[in-house]
Amino acid sequence: MQTMTLPDRRGYFGVHGGRFVPETLVPALDELAAAYAEAMADERFRAELETLSRDYVGRETPLTFAERLTEHCGGAQVYLKREDLAHTGAHKINNALGQALLAQRMGKRRIVAETGAGQHGVATAAVCAKLGLECIVYMGEEDIRRQALNVFRMKLMGAEVRPVASGARTLKDAINEAIRDWVSNVETTHYLLGSVVGPAPYPEMVRDFQLVIGRETRRQVLERLGRLPDYVVACVGGGSNAIGMFYPFIDDEEVKLVGVEAGGKGLATGQHAAPLAAGTVGVLHGARSYLLQDEHGQILGTHSVSAGLDYPGVGPEHCYLKDIGRATYVAVDDIEALEGFKLLCRTEGITPALESAHAVAHTGALARTCSREVVIVVNVSGRGDKDMDIVVDALGGAL
Amino acid sequence: MNRLADVFDTTGRTALIAYVTVGYPTIEATLRLVPLLARNGCDIVELGIPFSDPMADGATIQKTSHEALLNGVTPDVCLDVARQLSGEVDVPLVFMSYYNPILKKGLDDFCRACADSGVSGLIVPDLPPDEGGELELVSAAHGVDLVYLLAPTATDARIRLVADRSRGFLYLVSLVGVTGARASLHDGLEDFVDRVRAVAKQPLCVGFGISSPEQAVRVAKVADGVIVGSRILQLVEQDDSLEEAARFVRAVRAALDSAE
Repeated sequence: MQTMTLPDRRGYFGVHGGRFVPETLVPALDELAAAYAEAMADERFRAELETLSRDYVGRETPLTFAERLTEHCGGAQVYLKREDLAHTGAHKINNALGQALLAQRMGKRRIVAETGAGQHGVATAAVCAKLGLECIVYMGEEDIRRQALNVFRMKLMGAEVRPVASGARTLKDAINEAIRDWVSNVETTHYLLGSVVGPAPYPEMVRDFQLVIGRETRRQVLERLGRLPDYVVACVGGGSNAIGMFYPFIDDEEVKLVGVEAGGKGLATGQHAAPLAAGTVGVLHGARSYLLQDEHGQILGTHSVSAGLDYPGVGPEHCYLKDIGRATYVAVDDIEALEGFKLLCRTEGITPALESAHAVAHTGALARTCSREVVIVVNVSGRGDKDMDIVVDALGGAL
Repeated sequence: MNRLADVFDTTGRTALIAYVTVGYPTIEATLRLVPLLARNGCDIVELGIPFSDPMADGATIQKTSHEALLNGVTPDVCLDVARQLSGEVDVPLVFMSYYNPILKKGLDDFCRACADSGVSGLIVPDLPPDEGGELELVSAAHGVDLVYLLAPTATDARIRLVADRSRGFLYLVSLVGVTGARASLHDGLEDFVDRVRAVAKQPLCVGFGISSPEQAVRVAKVADGVIVGSRILQLVEQDDSLEEAARFVRAVRAALDSAE
C-alpha cells in the first residue's frame, strides 16, 4: 500500500502536513530531518534506543486478554495493549526517549517540551534526568491545576515547569509557547514535541518512535491467536499512540483501524475536541490538518475531561487515513469515557488514563455488537493515577 | 494602489515601516492611528490581522491580537479598515497575517479583496516559500506583493531561495526570536544584512525588536528600511490619545533623517 512511503519529500500525507513555520525554524527543521535520517540509518543509534527501551522503559509491554471485560460485554474478545505499564505510565516515553537520544547526538543539551495531561512532560523530564539534559516544560495554567500530581513529578525529576497563561491555558497554548521558546533558542535547543503533529519531520519521526506499539501488538496477537485482530482501537488527541498502534497494521487490510476522539460535552454542543469527526481543514502549529476553527479561521477552544485529548488539531497522517477511508474515527463524550474508566477498573483491575478510557468505552460498545469470534485490541495508552482527582470530582465521590 | 517598490525608488531615504494590530485598542483608534503614523514620517504601514495563535509573536502582539479578537475583528473587518485608510493616506498598506485566516477565506477571494481595498502586499510569518507557491501565484495575479521573511539562522541556500521569491522587499528578522521590543539588538545583525545584500536585489527592511531611534539608526546604516511594531503598540496602550506613538515615530524619523 502506498501509505508506507508517506510522507512525501515535502512532509505531506495526501493534502495534510507540510511545514508552515517561521523562517527562523526552517534551517533547524532541515537539520533535524537530516540528523534523524542519519540516526535511523546508524545501527549503534538503533541499538542504544532498543537497549534503553528494554532496560529503562520496560518494553515489550504485555498484551493482556481482558477476560472479564469480554464476558461483561458478551461479544467480541477484547485484548489490551498495556502501554500503561511502560515507565512513567504511558506510551509517551517511547517518543521522548527516541528524541532525547537524537538531541544528544545533535549536541543540543537544552530540551523544551509542551504537555497537556502531563504524561509527555513527565516522560520528557524522566529521559532528560536519565541523559543529563536540561529540561523545560510548558504547561497551560488550566492543565497545571487539573494535573497537579504530574507537575510535582516533573519537578522532582529536575524539570522546570513554566505555566502558560495565554488563550485557554491548555495544550494548544503550551505548544505556542514551546514554539516561541524554540524560535528564540533554536541554536542550542531541541523541541521535543510529544505528538504526531507540528511541522515535518515531527509527524513522521514521532510515528516512527511510537510504532513499536503496533509492531509488538501485531506479533503478540499472531503468536497468541495465530491470526490478526479484526479491530484495533486507540484514542486520538494529537494521535501519537493511535498512529503507533495503527501503522504496522496499515497493510493488513482486513484489520479495521478505529480512532476515538474526545466528544467532550457532545459534538452537537461544540464543546469537544474532535477535529476528525467535526473539523475542517486548516493550518495550525506548522501543519495542514483537520482543525476546530471558526468561519474566520480563528482556532476554537476545545473541551474534554481528559487534558491529553484537549487539542483542536490532529496529526496529518490520521487526516490522510480518514480521507482514504483506511481508518475510521468516532467520538466518545466525557460521560461515556468516565463509564469506560470505571468499567476497566471493575472488570480488570486496571485504571486507565482518561485519554485511554475513551478508547476503552468505544471498545466496550463495539464488542457488544460483535460475535465471540471477533478479536479487538485496544491500546491502553496510559495509566490513570494522574486522573484520580478529576474522577473523584466527576463522580461526586460516589462509588 | 501604491506600489511597495516605489517607496524605495522615490523617497531616497531610509523607509520607516510601522506595524499596528487592526482593532487594538479599538477599530476607531486604528483608523486614527494609521494616518497619524503616515503624517509623522512612516513610509509603509503594516496592518496586523489578529490571529488566535500568533506563534511568531512576543507578549505585546499576543496581547493586542487577543484584544482585537475580543473587539470582533475579522479579516473582513481588516479589509474594510484598509479600504477606508487607503482613501485617506498615500503610503502603501501591507497586511501581516498568519496563514490560516487567509486559507479559510480562500486565497483568491482574499487577494482580490486586498487589491480592491488598496492593500499592496502581504507578510505571512508562518508561510515560508516552500509552502507559499500557491499564494505567490494568486497574489501576483491580483497585483499584490508577497513579502517573505529571512532570519539570521538562514543558510546561504535559504538566502538564495527567499531572495529569489520575495516581492516588494525582503523582511529581515533582526534576531533569533519572536517579535517584541528589546533593549539591545543582535550582535551579528550587520553581518547578516551583508550576507543577504550580496545575493538579493530587493530592498532590505529589518524588523523585530527595534524600539528606539538609536537602534533604528544602527539598522539604517546597513538596511533600506526599518520596521517598528511592538514599541508603537506599547505606546498606544500607555496613551490612548495616540500622541506618544506619534511622538515616537517622529523621533525615529528625525533620527533617521539626520543620520543620512
